Amino acid sequence: MSDVEHTIPVNYPHRHLLGIEGLTSAEIGSILDLSDFYVGLNRQVDKKRAVLRGRTQINLFFEASTRTQSSFELAGKRLSADVMNMSVSSSSIKKGETLIDTATTLNAMHPDLIVVRHGDSGAVELLSQKVGCSVLNAGDGSHEHPTQALLDALTIRRRKGRLEGLIVAICGDILHSRVARSNILLLNTMGARVRVIAPKTLLPVGIERMGVEVYNDMREGLKDADIVMMLRLQLERMHGSFVPSVREYFQYFGLDYEKLAFAKPDALIMHPGPMNRGVEIDSAVADDINRSVIREQVEMGVAVRMAALDALSRNLPNEAVQ
Amino acid sequence: MNRTVFVNARLCDPASNLDLTGDILVEDGLIVDIGPDLVTQGAASDTETVPCHGKLLTPGLIDMRVFTGEPGTEYRETLGSASLSAAAGGVTTFIVMPNTEPVIDDVALVDFISRRARDTAIVNVHPMAAITKACQGEQMTEIGLLKDAGAVAFTDGDKPLANSLVMRRALSYATFFDALIVQHAEDRTLAAGGVMNESELASRLGLAGRPALAETIMIERDLRLVELTGARYHVAQVSCKASVDVIRRAKAAGLPVTCGVSASHLTLNENDVASYRTFMKLLPPLRGEDDRVALVEGVADGTIDVIVSSHHPQDPETKRLPFAQAAFGAVGLETLWPATLSLVHAGSITLERAIDALTTRPAKLLGLPSGRLQKGAPADFVLSDINVPWILNPDDLKSKTKNTPYDERRLQGRAIRTIVGGKTVHVLGEN
Repeated sequence: MSDVEHTIPVNYPHRHLLGIEGLTSAEIGSILDLSDFYVGLNRQVDKKRAVLRGRTQINLFFEASTRTQSSFELAGKRLSADVMNMSVSSSSIKKGETLIDTATTLNAMHPDLIVVRHGDSGAVELLSQKVGCSVLNAGDGSHEHPTQALLDALTIRRRKGRLEGLIVAICGDILHSRVARSNILLLNTMGARVRVIAPKTLLPVGIERMGVEVYNDMREGLKDADIVMMLRLQLERMHGSFVPSVREYFQYFGLDYEKLAFAKPDALIMHPGPMNRGVEIDSAVADDINRSVIREQVEMGVAVRMAALDALSRNLPNEAVQ
Repeated sequence: MNRTVFVNARLCDPASNLDLTGDILVEDGLIVDIGPDLVTQGAASDTETVPCHGKLLTPGLIDMRVFTGEPGTEYRETLGSASLSAAAGGVTTFIVMPNTEPVIDDVALVDFISRRARDTAIVNVHPMAAITKACQGEQMTEIGLLKDAGAVAFTDGDKPLANSLVMRRALSYATFFDALIVQHAEDRTLAAGGVMNESELASRLGLAGRPALAETIMIERDLRLVELTGARYHVAQVSCKASVDVIRRAKAAGLPVTCGVSASHLTLNENDVASYRTFMKLLPPLRGEDDRVALVEGVADGTIDVIVSSHHPQDPETKRLPFAQAAFGAVGLETLWPATLSLVHAGSITLERAIDALTTRPAKLLGLPSGRLQKGAPADFVLSDINVPWILNPDDLKSKTKNTPYDERRLQGRAIRTIVGGKTVHVLGEN
């Protein structure tokens, strides 16, 4: 375990990480620089650092999640935090305990960092107002998923050497996607050109005023793209409510080699997971080791979350609170 | 004999084309004389005198849209607690919506409201009865009997009457009784799942939207039915420019249509929702600034007839939730007058139009004897200091719940004395 802590300076003067909105390019760049360091660390045998020694991290998940929760858990443990996972099933909410009750209960246990995922937009911000510690948003409704956008940016930056000027096409269910919102905000802040491609039923109102170019046709939207970012289409939205059927969706909006050919020859394929093979992405494309960086995104996820936890912990008080 | 004279007030009443400084003499709950220098003409010695120091004296406000929890959810609001709130806000008459438990859809329930109001409320309270049984939108209520029992109009409250056939029959049937049909206009299928105005802001916040056109579509359908039946039709609350335009055209075409707007929709917009403020979660939702401006213009030119509070008390536990889960509604009886006055101070509407929209027009629509300063009219009026600056502290609200969107706002002007039936029911600073 390293004795030299905080050797890498970080520019993140905030108490929480609730979203990409409001972050400057310098702050985002600083988190990505720190993440680069943790990518290196995670590839070593000794992955442990003492950055969060003595700190308590609670992962509070109101929505089921395997990959994000385990990524945060691993990140916290590698930084020596005491990590507790809490999955709040919908049944215990039905028992009458509200989000604010849960927050104040946990707050009484003196955690230092709370990682929260909740199905409602704004719920994580609401919780952050009721606790005395730092709060990380691990996804709130259709609002934001900041660590996903950061890990996507890290993946792109390491592969392409930059974010500025790249053409990034985000494809699929933009309407319900917190991943899309955080990515649009981050990529715009960092100077990339963002396109969204989706059927009109899956595009939010006013999306064209959020600094993106809007396409309905995959072939037009993918033209000259450097990055093709696919989104997951939720099962309940596939059968008539937003799109008529899976096969029609795949025909026009699923990523296959034929549509991919319109992007740049070295375009990278990304997906936040979990994938619906044969719905939004063809299996062979998803597994193409020359094009797909989907597994790399998972690796970057742990590093980015270590960086985020580290950055927030530097603003935590070091004295006992009376 | 019980006589009171209010001396040296600025008497202002659009219904009687009155705006002069003078006195008003009240006897046994009725106005018996109005004019300059009543006192010097020799008031009897048994007359109580209330000096008004030149302040504005207008008819008491009539609020056409108030929700309470009585009967059924009295912890939110009773007729009594709402009436305290009304008195503090200068409202001397309010109309309660039928969306209680049970729904006000039966003569006995109209009776219940009238009796409870008589026994527990310090201002006048009248019910609107449901158009359909249990507000289910299917089976018509006894419009004639309910009207005779005291229902001043008919509405399914915060539930739109969606079924076109039922709406057609209700309008058609209501003409025989000259009953007013009041609609909460919104196509709920088009607004399904929405929690705020459908807009770029909603998209950024990741909240599902209720499009403004869900309102306009239903108004347009109803106007066709009004044209067909000739019934008196009133849109409880318009919230967007397109609805105002549609109603302006319908009025120009001579249809018997009127509409209202809430003071909140005239003074707030969707940006007030930012950072997920659930006290700003209203129905209809707060719209964009263009819509708000169009609503104010609609009030100014008379397209929008009345201003209401849409007072809707919500238990704090139903508001301290993530935005999507929180209940709709805000209390408004105590801010109706100050919020409207802010538009007068801004020069957006005249004081006369503001008073007209809060007194004369609602009285006319509902066939009430109040809402005017005239000999023989009920002595329901309010004395106001329209210039006094103040900051709203939610704890000072008389309503049982404090879910006000004007939390900590700076306001200008308020009621300083409220008189119902000649009796003073509220004096600012006294409890």
